Amino acid sequence: MNMATVVNPVTERENYLNQEYGVRSWLLTTDHKRIALLYLASITFFFFVGGLFALLIRLELLTPAGDLVQADTYNKLFTMHGQIMVFFFLVPSIPAVLGNFLVPLMIGARDLAFPRINLLSWYLYIIAGILMMHAVLTGGVDTGWTFYTPFSTAFSNTKVIEAGLAIFVVGFSSILTGLNFVVTIHRMRAPGMTWWRLPLFIWSMYATSIIFLLGTPVLAITLTLVIFERAFHLGIFDPTRGGDPLLFQHLFWFYSHPAVYIMILPSMGIISEIVPCFSRKRIFGYSFVAMASIGIAVLGFLVWAHHMFVAGMSIYAALIFSFLSYLVAVPSAIKVFNWTATLYKGSITFSTPLLYAFGFIGLFTMGGLTGLFLAALGVDVHVTDTYFVIAHFHYIMVGGAVMGYLGGMHFWWPKISGRMYPESLGRLAALIVFIGFNLTFFPQFILGYLGMPRRYWQYPPEFQVLNVLSTAGSTILAVGYLLPMAYFLWSMRYGKHAEPNPWGAAGLEWMTPSPPPTFNFEETPLVTWEAYDYGNIDLPKEVPVER
Amino acid sequence: MFDNFPLWPARASTTAGNVDALYIFLVVLSTFMSVAIFVMILAFAAKYRRRPGHAAEQIEGSTILEITWSVIPFGVFVVIFVWGAVIFFQERTPPRGATEIYVVAKQWMWKLEHEEGHREINELHVPVGRDVKMILTSQDVIHSFYVPAFRIKQDVVPGRYTTAWFRPTRPGTYHLFCAEYCGTQHSGMIGQVVVLEPSQYEAWLSGGGTTGSLASTGQALFQQLGCSTCHRSDTQGRGPNLAGTFGKPVLLDDGQTVIEDENYIRESILNPSAKIVSGFKPIMPPFQGIVSEEQLNALVAYIKSLNQNPSGAAGSPTLLPAGTQPQAPKVQ
Ligand code: HEC
Ligand SMILES: [Cu+2]
Repeated sequence: MNMATVVNPVTERENYLNQEYGVRSWLLTTDHKRIALLYLASITFFFFVGGLFALLIRLELLTPAGDLVQADTYNKLFTMHGQIMVFFFLVPSIPAVLGNFLVPLMIGARDLAFPRINLLSWYLYIIAGILMMHAVLTGGVDTGWTFYTPFSTAFSNTKVIEAGLAIFVVGFSSILTGLNFVVTIHRMRAPGMTWWRLPLFIWSMYATSIIFLLGTPVLAITLTLVIFERAFHLGIFDPTRGGDPLLFQHLFWFYSHPAVYIMILPSMGIISEIVPCFSRKRIFGYSFVAMASIGIAVLGFLVWAHHMFVAGMSIYAALIFSFLSYLVAVPSAIKVFNWTATLYKGSITFSTPLLYAFGFIGLFTMGGLTGLFLAALGVDVHVTDTYFVIAHFHYIMVGGAVMGYLGGMHFWWPKISGRMYPESLGRLAALIVFIGFNLTFFPQFILGYLGMPRRYWQYPPEFQVLNVLSTAGSTILAVGYLLPMAYFLWSMRYGKHAEPNPWGAAGLEWMTPSPPPTFNFEETPLVTWEAYDYGNIDLPKEVPVER
Repeated sequence: MFDNFPLWPARASTTAGNVDALYIFLVVLSTFMSVAIFVMILAFAAKYRRRPGHAAEQIEGSTILEITWSVIPFGVFVVIFVWGAVIFFQERTPPRGATEIYVVAKQWMWKLEHEEGHREINELHVPVGRDVKMILTSQDVIHSFYVPAFRIKQDVVPGRYTTAWFRPTRPGTYHLFCAEYCGTQHSGMIGQVVVLEPSQYEAWLSGGGTTGSLASTGQALFQQLGCSTCHRSDTQGRGPNLAGTFGKPVLLDDGQTVIEDENYIRESILNPSAKIVSGFKPIMPPFQGIVSEEQLNALVAYIKSLNQNPSGAAGSPTLLPAGTQPQAPKVQ
């Protein structure tokens, strides 16, 4: 591959960060890279708000009695923790930050197809965020992030409409992002960048975008109906007015189950970039990994009712949804096996991103395997709505999605900021996150099987030991999350300048300077090689290990 | 020997052991799979770590391997699926002749009514070895009836009946939790299930005061609310004779048939025009908002009781004197 066009990093070189200065140049930007950074700042804010709520929840659960906060406050805490983490952090995290930054770079485009719509999507996010924070600060919501009816429409007397509206609006920001990605990936690939040469991160973004486009409108409709029933006393879900509460659950999960894949597919894409790079090998079974993403996106739409096995639906429906849930597990298993096989006969460097990738594979595997428990009808009856479910989805969404996000942030940080982060601190943080995570969530599997229901403000004393372990773990986890935040900020000023390709990675984004110029490439690249062409890329003389 | 192992709750029903067996199988399987993956990753990472004079070998992939590691897991998944489904079918199919208990959930308490007429709040007494079928409904929001020691859980949905059943196997006191978030005091909506030896249970039954069996309460209501003016024991009434109809198919005027179950009776009382019995006019007044959940339960219990004594006439005051209901406990 031809690396001669690459410009050496010169501090004064013009790039997307120093091309323009001032608040206006940021708030009115249409540069996908700047919008990515706007998103980064916003979702980080919400991550810490949601994280704060999580810590308060864990503190309350330190003792069996409800003593730290009132019952109502506790209910609001877990509701808003869920809503903020899901809709304002996890769903937008990788697509809106790394996806925004990388999709054009990876396919050799100057920007996304619709740069102004991209900016609009960020503004929608901000409007939604303000609405959400307003709801939080003026009393909060207590419906659970699932908004189950008729509680949400006829019983709760908290800010349901406002929070619903916030999530409705943030949904449109997702839809616009998805639309932008789909069009960009179809129409703006550089010459020679065929579908089968696309990096797997692009495949996963494509699959995610499909879910954004097809799933999110259903969430919007569902929330509209909730708002209408609540505001105008229509009878849609409330049985006393002739409605059907289970209809709500079907509609809600029709979006919210695929939403799980919105959260995990992008992380899978990141792992598929990191593992080949640090084992200096092309990925094992490229086309199978790519098609597994599409398979997950499609099958993911067919399993929603596995959240409702005890909700009162027919046993035959339950049978079908259970079976389909096992089908969707197959492509996930394929991915795990292919990542592992990629390591085989590689030349492996234990850098921070790879440690996160290992963490991801391990935790995602455990999350996926415990999913088999939940899809087994007979076992699900016992463990659904207990801490087992909490543990399971945190293994997927925190152990999986957040690990992948952090791995990706470390991997592309040199490209984004033009600076290196301190490698040894990076590895330390990865280790702390891994340990803290397992200590927080592993005990919850046992707790769940023992029968502790979720969303309990107070609990029988025999559950205390496991809860104490979990709370202890959460404080460790918090340190693990604060650390990268601190050294990323530090590196922006003091970090070593990054080479265009510090890891010797494949991919067009590494063939332009770090940070990239506003229009990404000096000239439109011509792609003549397959993705993950590690046989033909030299490792930099010295892999950046220590600053 | 595992009964007091702290990794699972007490096993106090016939289903508990079945659920645990599959659970343990899954734990073993998952442990094996995760350990296999972890060991592989660590072994590769150690063996193929970057060192001078050693380059990675570029391997494209292997269709045979891909097929292998899709098909084998899928086969295992099918086994788990079938196993889980078999347990589920058992859990979902109440045996014939089970004792029925009507449960009304409301924010934030459980109200339980025995066929014999005993009412309990947040506490349920049942004898060892008898099949118990719960007929559950909610007065407000969705709740969920969860007894970890029995490994059963069933959402309790307003506006309809759901059912669950269990057969206790060990005397003791077990947690009853509400497992579906239902508002402020969700975590306070807990109670206990007291499983008694049959003799103790009989003693408990005779000790508690009751105003007569649930069916006899229903019978009284049937008179009071004027149901008996239309539903008579002969074929001359303006409404169908309800004796002996429970569990049987009903022909509707649109040509469809439905099985007369608890939910059908419920709907027929609250909203009669939803389904019209063939050959009758839609003249029955709706009782939505007129009868409470408890009264409804009593009416349903009464109409069902007409099956056991089909010769008795609906509305006849001589039918089913209070206290004739309890069946002899079946000890297995
Ligand atoms: C004005 C006469 C009238 C009164 C009063 C009345 N019903 Fe009915 N009921 C009918 C008629 C006519 C039908 C059949 C048409 C239909 O399905 O609506 C019927 C149907 C039913 C059915 C369905 C029967 C089947 O075989 O499918 C049930 C159950 C029932 N009624 C219960 C009650 C109860 C309980 C009450 C008192 C709370 C009551 N009815 C009061 C006239 C009446
Ligand atoms: Cu409840």
